[in-house]
Amino acid sequence: MSADRGNDLFGVYVHWPFCAAKCPYCDFNSHVHRGPFDEAGYVAAYAREIAHFASLTPGRHVQSVFFGGGTPSLMNPRSVGAILNEIARHWTIDERVEITLEANPTSVEAERFRGYRAAGVNRVSLGVQALRDKPLAELGRRHTVDEAVAAVHLAQSIFERSSFDLIYARPRQTLEDWREELSEALWLAQGHISLYQLTIEMGTRFYDLHRAGKLVMPDEELAADFYELTQELTAAAGLPAYEISNHARPGQESRHNLLYWRYGEYAGVGPGAHGRLLVNNQRHATATEKMPFDWQARVMAAGHGLVTDDILTWEEQGDEFLVMGLRLKEGISPARFTALSGRRIAERQIADLKSYGFVETLPNGNLRVTEKGFPVLDAVVADLAA
Amino acid sequence: MPFCYQPAMTTPLKNIRNFSIVAHIDHGKSTLADRLIQLTGGLDLREMKSQVLDSMEIERERGITIKAQTVRLTYRAADGEDYILNLIDTPGHVDFAYEVSRSLAAVEGSLLVVDASQGVEAQTLANVYHAIEADNEIVPVLNKIDLPAADPDRVKSQIEDVIGIDASDAVEISAKTGLGIDKVLEAIVTRLPAPNGDITAPLKALLVDSWYDTYLGVVVLIRVIDGTIRKGQRIRMMNANAVYELDRVGVFTPKLVDIGELGPGEIGFFTASIKEVADTNVGDTITDDKKPTAEALPGFRPAQPVVFCGLFPVDANDFDDLRAAMGKLRLNDASFSFEMETSAALGFGFRCGFLGLLHLEIIQERLSREFNLDLIATAPSVVYEVEMTNGDVQMLHNPADLPDVVKIAEIREPWIKATILTPDDYLGAILKLCQDRRGIQRNLSYVGNRAMVEYDLPLNEVVFDFYDRLKSISKGYASFDYTLSDYREGDLVKLSVLVNSEPVDALSMLVHRSAAEARGRVMCEKLKELIPPHLFVIPIQAAIGGKIIARETVRAMRKDVTAKCYGGDATRKRKLLEKQKAGKKKMRQFGSVEIPQEAFIKALKMGDS
Repeated sequence: MSADRGNDLFGVYVHWPFCAAKCPYCDFNSHVHRGPFDEAGYVAAYAREIAHFASLTPGRHVQSVFFGGGTPSLMNPRSVGAILNEIARHWTIDERVEITLEANPTSVEAERFRGYRAAGVNRVSLGVQALRDKPLAELGRRHTVDEAVAAVHLAQSIFERSSFDLIYARPRQTLEDWREELSEALWLAQGHISLYQLTIEMGTRFYDLHRAGKLVMPDEELAADFYELTQELTAAAGLPAYEISNHARPGQESRHNLLYWRYGEYAGVGPGAHGRLLVNNQRHATATEKMPFDWQARVMAAGHGLVTDDILTWEEQGDEFLVMGLRLKEGISPARFTALSGRRIAERQIADLKSYGFVETLPNGNLRVTEKGFPVLDAVVADLAA
Repeated sequence: MPFCYQPAMTTPLKNIRNFSIVAHIDHGKSTLADRLIQLTGGLDLREMKSQVLDSMEIERERGITIKAQTVRLTYRAADGEDYILNLIDTPGHVDFAYEVSRSLAAVEGSLLVVDASQGVEAQTLANVYHAIEADNEIVPVLNKIDLPAADPDRVKSQIEDVIGIDASDAVEISAKTGLGIDKVLEAIVTRLPAPNGDITAPLKALLVDSWYDTYLGVVVLIRVIDGTIRKGQRIRMMNANAVYELDRVGVFTPKLVDIGELGPGEIGFFTASIKEVADTNVGDTITDDKKPTAEALPGFRPAQPVVFCGLFPVDANDFDDLRAAMGKLRLNDASFSFEMETSAALGFGFRCGFLGLLHLEIIQERLSREFNLDLIATAPSVVYEVEMTNGDVQMLHNPADLPDVVKIAEIREPWIKATILTPDDYLGAILKLCQDRRGIQRNLSYVGNRAMVEYDLPLNEVVFDFYDRLKSISKGYASFDYTLSDYREGDLVKLSVLVNSEPVDALSMLVHRSAAEARGRVMCEKLKELIPPHLFVIPIQAAIGGKIIARETVRAMRKDVTAKCYGGDATRKRKLLEKQKAGKKKMRQFGSVEIPQEAFIKALKMGDS
């Protein structure tokens, strides 16, 4: 086993599945729960599942923890603290550990920010999604622009680092609209911002509306223009893309995101969480039960909520490494690809893509997708993986 | 298949009637045959499968007969005597015209079955003319007389007008209900002539058809003209010049029954450890090896493919399976030919020859259905005669093989005589279609409210979706039939298609100069829609020689990237990539362009639209 196959990156993803309301574009594992809820009892299940994953991955050094959802900012700060304590009990924690919590920028949730900080969270990622009130309502968001801006300012004053998300290329949005909105956002942002093009996912309300012709999405040309404009404005503001949808001032990149894209090791805790773990020199793809209370019942019965635990083949690891790693501006190491997949990327494919200017080789030997290649990344990756 | 042994018996010639049934598809030929078998007790009801004679699955489904089949019926007539009635069920399609003509030459009479509501169709005409040519006595039978729309008087006068035979005594029946079947049997006995033949003369028999049976090897269907043929005899096939010792001699009832010997006028089969159908030629004369007949029967013609196309496996790994499957089909179908071909676009495959378009379709369908093979077929092409400047003549089966034009003196193409019968309403559109396809009108006449048009047409215009167009503009009402006539010089050019500046051999075709530009344009437009955007701009061009006559461009892809990744869900991204990779496997790599297989299929199928 080559040392190249692992890379000493280890993180913990914690999925909190509850939301106050389901947004019409969101296909993440989120659930609206009404009625009585024993949060402390629910958090106990996280503790048990963490213990299970820790038993599979002894001796790991945690560099990041990410609370995603759902809406983790609905959690009691004590719950966040309890989970972090449990993580620290089983693994060693890097002194520069990044602990991120996804939060909604409503005024109610913002009141808990200090509690999260006290519990150990040092970075928040706010789901602002738009800086215009009407689109916010259409996206089903429960906050206003004013609330969002206030929440961002508050987060920036409390946490060492913060980021927020915006969704663009929305129905009826024009390039000029976006230029203004993004410019405002870039004034507001500090070190990090995530910019996602709206995608229509199966099983969402937007999907049904789109199929019924009631939601008109920008065509490929306009979508490409949106993307180009976004690159141009973020670069000019000093927050260039370090990944397809993530922009940061150099040094301010999300360690947790990088861990994913660099194909590190991560435990996925909570309902519907995915993980990648190296056990006995084999890479396992894990996923847990999605339904929040079924997951809890499984964990309490069996110590974990795993419903998927696949050992990835060399080819699958190679595919995942490419599909994740080529999203990064730093590119991938062809040597690690070979270590993972047992094969080389076809020279002819690389040469072809280079001749069109879609990929390039860096002085450190990494292969990376160029700025010209990023908008058509999926096609480039498919060529390299074929 | 169970065998029954019966003592050999010679049937007196006067008590034999040999006949076939001529009909348009759907007019009830097979149902009538079923009824005749049922009424004469050839099979009991338990054994009756609908339409026993059409035993092949595809034949049954499409209601067409591909192989001639025969059944020997015993019938006690009104005159109190027992008759042997031999029915040969003939292939009913123009592609098998030669086989039809040999079947008809083996009988003395034909039942002309016409749907009493629909009347005479083009296919009926072609087949009845074959029967008349074979000197058959013809008994018209009006079927479906029980339908409310039946109009026997109109159809009778139509038969007289169009075909020119007396229809006043036509037998009116309903094969479906069984009405009038007894009258058909009586008509066979009283109105059809008994065969002639000399039992003392040397053996002379006509090879009507043959097929491959897993247990028996090749089964040969024959009509004895003179002499006798019996088990153990050494026979000679005169055209093939091959000698065999006979294993079995018998008849079909329709069960296979060994009777050991067949005499003049009789129709039956023999087996002789023959390994493939290709060793037996329809129309060949069979005689005794030691005491041969002086003269072979007239009318023999070796099978000659007229339509060619390339067949390629969608998955290159299926090549060997395809070769094996074709070999198996050829065991039973000598008129189907194939040889290996390599295409830059489609990889390894076969150039295949067929008797016609239906034959092509049937083979293709059997390959995909019975052998589970996914195939790409290139555009059907006819056989061109290419005369070189040095006087050599080449037969060209594949447009991609056209020699350098400067060395060509002229190109000749096959023409057909086409007969189209259509309701009046669609005549205008049909005439225009024929004109557009370089047709020369030969005749136009009316039978009631139906028009009969005769056209000379170049076959290459017909193989190019003519039949589909005809069906669609006439809403399925027009019927069409043709016979090959001759080769004529044509101003033909090779139309090449270039994708990203590289010629795609599978898409090249010979077309008439007048149609080249339009066809090239349509081809480019289609391909533009069919080739997905790549990472680069792809020019698509149609060219004659070095001259570009049409051009389209597939724009470059601008945006193709998945936005978000959910909580480290690399699996979902991988699955997407795996789907893309699987999709790529369905593409044909062409230079750096990937062309989806369906693009070839659709582009090659292109209509005028």
